[in-house]
Amino acid sequence: MKTKKQSALFRLIGYTRPYAPLIVISFIASILSVAVSILIPLMTGYAIDEMIGKGAVNFDKVFKYIYIIAAMIAVGAIAQWTLSASVNSLTCKTVRNIRNQLFEHINNLPLKYIDTQRQGDIIARISSDIDQVSEGLLQGFTQLFSGVLTIGATLGILFYLNWIIALVVLVLTPLSLFVAAFITKRSHKTFAAQAVKRGEVSGYVEEIFTGRNLIQAFCQEDICQEDFEQLNKELYTCGFKSQFYGALINPCTRFVNNLVYASVGVVGALISLWAGAPKDLPIGLLSTCLTYANQYTKPFNEITGVITEIQSAVAASRRIFALLDQEVEVSDAQNETLTQCDGSLNIDNVYFSYVPEKPLIQGLNLRVKQGQKIAIVGPTGCGKTTLINLLMRFYDVNDGSIYMSGKDIRKITRNSLRDNYGMVLQESWLFEGSIKDNIAYGKQDATLEEIMQAAKLAGADDFIEKFPDKYDTLLTENGDNISQGQRQLLCIARIMLTHPPMLILDEATSSIDTRTEMKIQEAFYRIMQGRTSFIVAHRLSTIRSCDVILVMKDGNIIEQGNHEDLLAKRGFYYELYNSQFSAQ
Amino acid sequence: MSNLYPYLKKYKKHLILGPIFKLLEAIFELIVPYVMAQLIDKGINGNNKTYILQMGGVLVLLAVVGLASALFCQYVASRCSQGFGTELRNALFYHINTLSMSNSDQFGVSSMVTRFNSDINQVQLGVAMLIRLAIRAPFLVIGATVSAIILKPSMCWIFLIAAPLVALVLWLIMSKTLPVYTKNQKKLDKITGIAREDLNGMRVVRAFTEQDREQKRFEDSTQDYAKSVIAIGRVSALLNPLSFVIINMAIVGLLYFGGTKINAGDLTQGELIAFINYMMQISLALVVLANVTVLFSKSYASAKRVSELLTTKPAITDEGNEQVTAVEGAPAISFKEVNFAYGNGSPALKNLSIDIQKGQTVGIIGGTGSGKSTLINLLPRFYDVTQGILEIDGVDIKKYPLKQLRGKIGLVPQQAMLFSGTIRSNMQWKKKDATDEEIISALKTAQAYDFVMQKSEGLDAPVQQKGRNFSGGQRQRLSIARALVGNPQIVILDDSMSALDFATDLALRKALNQDLPKDTTKIIISQRATSIKNADKIIVLDKGNVVGIDTHDNLLKTCEVYREICDSQQKSPNELQAEEVKDED
Repeated sequence: MKTKKQSALFRLIGYTRPYAPLIVISFIASILSVAVSILIPLMTGYAIDEMIGKGAVNFDKVFKYIYIIAAMIAVGAIAQWTLSASVNSLTCKTVRNIRNQLFEHINNLPLKYIDTQRQGDIIARISSDIDQVSEGLLQGFTQLFSGVLTIGATLGILFYLNWIIALVVLVLTPLSLFVAAFITKRSHKTFAAQAVKRGEVSGYVEEIFTGRNLIQAFCQEDICQEDFEQLNKELYTCGFKSQFYGALINPCTRFVNNLVYASVGVVGALISLWAGAPKDLPIGLLSTCLTYANQYTKPFNEITGVITEIQSAVAASRRIFALLDQEVEVSDAQNETLTQCDGSLNIDNVYFSYVPEKPLIQGLNLRVKQGQKIAIVGPTGCGKTTLINLLMRFYDVNDGSIYMSGKDIRKITRNSLRDNYGMVLQESWLFEGSIKDNIAYGKQDATLEEIMQAAKLAGADDFIEKFPDKYDTLLTENGDNISQGQRQLLCIARIMLTHPPMLILDEATSSIDTRTEMKIQEAFYRIMQGRTSFIVAHRLSTIRSCDVILVMKDGNIIEQGNHEDLLAKRGFYYELYNSQFSAQ
Repeated sequence: MSNLYPYLKKYKKHLILGPIFKLLEAIFELIVPYVMAQLIDKGINGNNKTYILQMGGVLVLLAVVGLASALFCQYVASRCSQGFGTELRNALFYHINTLSMSNSDQFGVSSMVTRFNSDINQVQLGVAMLIRLAIRAPFLVIGATVSAIILKPSMCWIFLIAAPLVALVLWLIMSKTLPVYTKNQKKLDKITGIAREDLNGMRVVRAFTEQDREQKRFEDSTQDYAKSVIAIGRVSALLNPLSFVIINMAIVGLLYFGGTKINAGDLTQGELIAFINYMMQISLALVVLANVTVLFSKSYASAKRVSELLTTKPAITDEGNEQVTAVEGAPAISFKEVNFAYGNGSPALKNLSIDIQKGQTVGIIGGTGSGKSTLINLLPRFYDVTQGILEIDGVDIKKYPLKQLRGKIGLVPQQAMLFSGTIRSNMQWKKKDATDEEIISALKTAQAYDFVMQKSEGLDAPVQQKGRNFSGGQRQRLSIARALVGNPQIVILDDSMSALDFATDLALRKALNQDLPKDTTKIIISQRATSIKNADKIIVLDKGNVVGIDTHDNLLKTCEVYREICDSQQKSPNELQAEEVKDED
């Protein structure tokens, strides 16, 4: 546990290495600014000691100190600015690099891994976990450093000035630590409890607000109100406790501080009256000691705060590193690039399963000639997506081989394999940007003419032209501002631009209205001309027109053949086909 | 904003007592340098040990009393702010549930949730800080200055220059940096957005081999963010050194002028020390003040957002409506020249007139955006008609108490959604005291009985938030059953069988015909012509216009749009695998 913690820490520090000069600068600036903040009160004290009373002010000495203080102010101000600016810059750059690396890493992780993770979890690592690191670890360390430095320097100077006062302060130190630790521990617990309750409340509220029309339709308002008020009451109890405990820290440490201050004042005053004191303590220096006493517990406060932050930052960095340590896809740099694809595909005795206990595809064989159309049909969860995963090499087969253009797809680069496919999934993916850029996704240097031509071929030009900004219309994240059918048309236009020799299409479903659906059908038909195509099909017309129909069930291909053959077979396909007529 | 005050009213006492005790603590804090000055001047210079000890005792006493008043203040602040937040949440929750759909269209669910959670938390924090710091920080600044004046009026000009100067620096830097912080937050959101987009489209990105482009897009935005944060960091890094310079220059000034005064015999050493202490106090208080200002500006913005939601008047109320009795022999539902538009938008439903008799089954069909869901949203008064009259049982629905009106309707929405609890608790929505027999009978009609009984807990099987522990098809069947418990007069199915496989769809429609009481009116919206083909009447909608109301056979002859729909579906019966359509999402 301990070593793991350290290794995460050291790894994180490793990321700051390119900015070593900034680190050195921050350390120097930190030392300087602490030194100045410690020395100014000392100089002030010396100056006051040169002002004993009426007519007894040594102006030469006073001016000397004033000059020293002025110089220190200048040094201190510059050091303070340099410190925060350079730490900020260091943090930003380091965090930026970690983020970029993480993003690149995610894009190279096998889908096998990504598919099993919750998306929100990965996003949290790239956003809030990294923020946590930037706030806690990097900023925290500078505060920790200057805090420890301040405590050390204050004690040192107090010992130099008067060891009795230093001892008084030292004896009271554990009290300060104890109070801070005690409260932090308590408040940490109540904070956690509050966070849990807040999560509950926000979950409940989101559920209710989302289903508000149902709540109203079923007249459930009163019951929900009752449930909510109960939950809210619990939140109140937690919230009160956590707020109160959290608010205890400042008054309590202030109290300890005041005690230290009073003790230093009394002890100091007694020492200065004590003729046989081991060390003389003039009033000015006493005042300096008082200033130090006043500042003394502040760093303790900060350090306790910083330590909890560092802890959570280390935890966050561990989550980040866990993701970074996931193995990426096997490098394919040595592989051959497939430049000429003849559109043929052989699946040779392929076995595949996601988990060893649940075998899916077993001994699949399929010969596809250039230009053939393959329909994939079957009920939910039958494994249509699995087949796409294997064809695109999102997943690797467990046994057997898939050959494209006679080449084992594991022997060619993934990019050159995928470049030969055009894929339109049911979940059409668009990014935040203009329609133009979205269509040109696979061909960035496409001219506007080419883009418009592709849109026309896809039957998407009609609705694009209706937007006031036409091809420059901005799509929101996930393309929410156009309909699902229109989204799919844009995805088809993308493929029209790249001219891949092979296609993977996922046919539209009933949530799209009839007319758009017909447009998509037409576009599909056009794009399939002369191309080897795999179609996850829902429509009889599509299925009928295909050369080979793969009937899938429970992950396996149970029947294979054309429409007539399969009907004649009176198997599963026959059943699927007929269940439709019984319903009419 | 003012509509938030009533929730504070109950805590008037807290609001007054809290700051008073905080002030007490601040006063004690201000007395400390004075007592210390006395201790030094009278104790040391007067060589009086007893006095020193006495003053030491006074200091400890001040510390204790200060602690006590601070703790009391914190207690009061926590009670008050949390209580305020709790009551505000209760009220807002109630209020939101009275709002109609047109209200929530205006805000959006996610915005309502944010206002409810983080904004109220922020306002709550604002109230706590109001009690704890808003009075204390300015008081310390003013108090330290006033104390300095009382101590020695001739030295106070240094305070009068330094304090406003620091305040000015604070204000300048904050007004420069605060807006940029909001901008940077947006840049950070963009980074997260790109990451989310990339993850969503992982397969497409790889299929198009565009990882490099995504990487560049991402790196551009992280670079943009880093640059902007570094730039603003340089400005905000000025805050500490500048106030450091001002405060310490003031101390230099105190030393110089103090030295002169001491030499002239107008000032004592102890007094000079006190001055320096006051100056330090001011600098600390000003830093707190800066933080409080940031916090208040955030709380103020949040309070405005909460208040906006709270002042929104429900667009639909049933105020003053009395229980209604049905008109004998009137149609179950009657649309009389009904027009409807969302907000000020273009009409979503134009001039609809139709009578639906008790016990009839009515199908509604049409493309997306044709107004199907709009039509049924009018029945439970989620929206009010823009023109015309909508009657149920011969009475204008605007005359019904909402409870009575909605009690007549069993609604199955398009998005099948269940609520956390158990299957039983979800089934008892329509009828609180529904018996197991009633529930089971509804489950059977909805073809949900089998899979519910497969659960070991049966009706007590837990339902997670939004029903996410059930598949799409199961959720749809459960939400159908929920609407049937208690035998409502009107059952509305809004395209709610899309995730069912064909056999189940068929069995369900048969069961709806046979199991429900004969006078139950059924309205079925569907994209599939086969699902509504046997209805007594079919309403065909196209872009908000009713283009046909008739039976299937007649419509085939007379209605172009209907024929088109049927043709396209006949040619390509996608029902073949309809079941897999929705389940995969």
